[in-house]
Amino acid sequence: MGVVLPTDDVLVDGLRAGDEEMFACLLNGWSGSMVRLARSFVSTAASAEEVVQDTWLAVFQGIERFEGRSSLQTWVYRILINIARKRGSAEQRTVPWASLVPDRDPTVDSSRFRGPHDQYPGGWLAFPERWPSTEGEVLANEVRATVAAAIQSLPIRQQVVLTLRDIDGQTADDVCALLDISTANQRVLLHRARAAVRSRLERYFAATGVES
Amino acid sequence: MTCAELVELVTAFLEGALDPDTERRFIEHLAICDGCETYVDQMRRTVAEVGQVEPESLSDETRDRLLEAFRTFPRE
Repeated sequence: MGVVLPTDDVLVDGLRAGDEEMFACLLNGWSGSMVRLARSFVSTAASAEEVVQDTWLAVFQGIERFEGRSSLQTWVYRILINIARKRGSAEQRTVPWASLVPDRDPTVDSSRFRGPHDQYPGGWLAFPERWPSTEGEVLANEVRATVAAAIQSLPIRQQVVLTLRDIDGQTADDVCALLDISTANQRVLLHRARAAVRSRLERYFAATGVES
Repeated sequence: MTCAELVELVTAFLEGALDPDTERRFIEHLAICDGCETYVDQMRRTVAEVGQVEPESLSDETRDRLLEAFRTFPRE
């Protein structure tokens, strides 16, 4: 996870008391996810930034009333989604998350597998190459940049689910509740996102030719 | 279960969401298939690498505006 933050009790007290350093940490830790989440409801990057800004202003107003029935992050993200939905419908852009029909194409190109008339239909034609470890700092940075670029190029809903799950570390149940999507849809979006990032990493390692 | 089928079930497997029969077939396949074992390792590795990505941030202007708004927000 990108940033290690204190517990919710500490965060809430800090927000109430006006702890600027802690608020800066929260901004750094959550803003990326919040922008992505907002971007899935509104039409432009600028609009998404405004949604995030309005969300924080609403959080300053509402933090006195926060009761801790959900995590602080979930509470903040719910506020964001409400604001983003309103703005999205004003922009006539909102595609309801729940109505998405999952894409059924395979996540690994079918040319990687043996055809129906082969002795082993559906088996690998050639096994995936093992990847090297990335202990060296230069390689680790390149891998990180590759992953970041891969995430950016995903469809926005996949970006959001991947970010919430694998960067923010939220549970599947939390993400389903937050986005009001079914468990199955959540998993399809997550799987497609991870498979696409894996595939990008595979191309990266193949191109660098580093042996494991 | 073929390799082409297994690769589509990796996330469900990692979430513990496969039904017992499918999970058994998944594990049996994995035990005898180096290609799929590598694939599953790579998906785990991908999850770990995604977790290492630095979160993006807001534009400096929005960030500064929010820090200022927080600093001057009226509190009792």
